Amino acid sequence: MHFDFTDDQREIRRTARELLAARSGFERVRAVAERDDGAYDEALWRELVELGWAGIALPEAVGGQGLGVLELAILLEELGYAVTPSPIFSNAAAGLLIDAAGSDAQREALLPGIASGEQTATVALARDGVAELVPDGDSARWIVLVEEGRAIVCDALAGGLEIAPRATIDPTRRYARVAVGPGALSLELERDVAAGLDRAEVALAAELCGLAERALVLTVAYVKERRQFGTPVGAFQAVSHRAAEMLLETEGARSATWFAAWAADAEPASLARGASLAKAAASDAGRHVTAAAIQLHGGIGFTWEADVHWLYKRAQVDAALLVPAARHRARVARLAVAAAAAPAAAGAAVA
Amino acid sequence: MDLTFSPQATAFRDELRAWIDTHHPGAAPEGEEASFAWRVAWQRALAADGWAAVHWPPEHGGRGATLVESAIFNEELARARVPQPANVLGLLLGGPTLMVHGSEEQKERFLSPIVTAEEIWCQGFSEPDAGSDLAALKTRAVKVDGGWRVTGQKVWTSYAHHAKWCMLVARSEPDSARHKGLTYFLMDMEQAEVVVRPLRQITGSAEFNELFLEEAWIPDENVVGGVGNGWRVALTTLMNERAGLAFGLQVALRALLDELTEVAAARGLLASESVAERLGDLHVRCELLRLTAYRGLTATMKYGQPGPEGSLTKWMWSDTNQRVSELAVELLGPGALATDSRWSFELLRARGNSIEGGTTEILKNIVAERVLGLPRLR
Ligand SMILES: Cc1cc2nc3c(=O)[nH]c(=O)nc-3n(C[C@H](O)[C@H](O)[C@H](O)COP(=O)(O)OP(=O)(O)OC[C@H]3O[C@@H](n4cnc5c(N)ncnc54)[C@H](O)[C@@H]3O)c2cc1C
Repeated sequence: MHFDFTDDQREIRRTARELLAARSGFERVRAVAERDDGAYDEALWRELVELGWAGIALPEAVGGQGLGVLELAILLEELGYAVTPSPIFSNAAAGLLIDAAGSDAQREALLPGIASGEQTATVALARDGVAELVPDGDSARWIVLVEEGRAIVCDALAGGLEIAPRATIDPTRRYARVAVGPGALSLELERDVAAGLDRAEVALAAELCGLAERALVLTVAYVKERRQFGTPVGAFQAVSHRAAEMLLETEGARSATWFAAWAADAEPASLARGASLAKAAASDAGRHVTAAAIQLHGGIGFTWEADVHWLYKRAQVDAALLVPAARHRARVARLAVAAAAAPAAAGAAVA
Repeated sequence: MDLTFSPQATAFRDELRAWIDTHHPGAAPEGEEASFAWRVAWQRALAADGWAAVHWPPEHGGRGATLVESAIFNEELARARVPQPANVLGLLLGGPTLMVHGSEEQKERFLSPIVTAEEIWCQGFSEPDAGSDLAALKTRAVKVDGGWRVTGQKVWTSYAHHAKWCMLVARSEPDSARHKGLTYFLMDMEQAEVVVRPLRQITGSAEFNELFLEEAWIPDENVVGGVGNGWRVALTTLMNERAGLAFGLQVALRALLDELTEVAAARGLLASESVAERLGDLHVRCELLRLTAYRGLTATMKYGQPGPEGSLTKWMWSDTNQRVSELAVELLGPGALATDSRWSFELLRARGNSIEGGTTEILKNIVAERVLGLPRLR
């Protein structure tokens, strides 16, 4: 039992934190958010791809780095921390799903382009062939739509798809509405869609954890500096206790997300429960902690000028993507009932 | 990261499981006295085979269990729905404090009867005017030939009515202020100068008491950690209280939630999406606590103390434990509030969780000041 990172994993975090601080600070995030076309920074994307991050959790055989969901989660936490405008998340989430649910032929056809970042993919839930909000849906080559336990991969270049860019409250990322028309070319993934979707949920949870962590860091720094009534406002318990609650939610969500990522790599039997714990906890943390950050900044927190709103907006959208937290909670309860009926396995893990 | 148990830890668990299977004490008898006696007997059975104080070193009657094995010990007790040993305060607070600050003679004299439950311990810290602000305590210890005479009042003293020894913090320097001039004593409860009066709790039962001390006698050899050093020794006790108790408690919480889930499932309530969501929310909270507690264990093994997550677990536990019994009475209807239902007791008992062992407000202060580095209001 060792619930902590290895030195290599710490190194990934450190590299990502430093690179993104240098190359994608809030001024760069703002520059992208304020562009009419919302285009990402091409040079930054090339740099991330060169580091192998587009395919960090994909097998080496398809050109990935062959690392785990845990390493991806560490990276995505940092991308959330920096609110980086980039297709890394959508591409990685779709890649995980295809890797888990695709047949060998499907994996060989699709994953190399995803791993190299040359032909990116994205994923969304659809209803009647329509996905209302697909992250990076207007730039991805492959659009994976999940509906009623089935996943289809649509080729954006093949026609038959209606792809309409759609502005959201989160201008730090591009989104589109995607509808599958009669002439669309798609192929259905042949294996375990549920496990693939759970991996994508873990990736999303990791980004939410990073958003929450950054919101906490900004807030703590601010309330130590900002003075009212002759004292830093962080000395008032209404403020300091809310900050403590922000820490509680952030750390709880991280515990669950790291567990789920570890389960995805090392103990697949725990992945379903882990992914649901992670998404439920990280959605709550992402929404609550970023909202608290706006509140504790006072009026400045409500301005376009301050940076906390980027975190709030991205967290709102992230929490709404894929399967909603409420369904994950219900699933956790039902899994608990099922587990009570089956005795614990011999080598069972911590949770 | 590796969240599986080592072969050694798994062997420990299997051995313990097998032992519990053959020594299961059955259901608790009715009534406070009988149920305490039953828990004492249970601890004796554990002690006879070396299971009462697994985290203690072998020379003091323990097994030298690792932190992970101690965690497994708690998990297995809860899984089998058997109680914690009766002498919790001795095992989790008193013994570990003596191991750090006690003399060789004290360890020799006091540790073994803690393990065997021959001598029950209690904790005399809180006073009527010193609760959250423990350093405001006023109980006076006056030096006399060969020992001390102690006068004052303690309150909320759990198990005092069963206890032989009390971990007592008193002011040994007259007119000293706050954290200075305090001494940590082991006080014999069996003397006429100590009067124990039970305090009835909102549950109707009386786990805690008030203590009236009128020149109670404490010999010099029962000073722990030196005269005037009481605050430091008391902090060791408090650290063990928040870290040590929390692990066992979160496991008991899980068992309680599993029970509620079973009852709800048996009544078909999980067919409702909203019931499943609300129960699921508690399972999520419970698992966050458990995972965070394990993160804390790893940090403790590595750095000797828990990281930021360490200060969060007692708070998470009390909050979730309260939510579980609240949801139980909501889902199960008015029958759950009848005193013949265990949920009515759990509902009331849980209100104490966010007060005992440091209130949630105090824990938030600690997190804000020591973990987040926020200024304190003074
Ligand atoms: C079931 C139970 C068992 C117990 N067992 C023992 C025992 O065995 N031995 C023992 O010594 N004690 C025991 N206690 C006592 C317990 O430690 C105290 O009750 C607790 O520390 C709070 O002190 P108090 O009751 O004086 O409340 P107070 O300190 O008076 O607090 C009243 C309210 O004010 C809040 N408050 C106080 N100070 C602050 C602050 N600085 N910032 C924000 N809010 C604040 C508190 O959170 C609380 O809500 C037990 C208590 C309970 C409920």
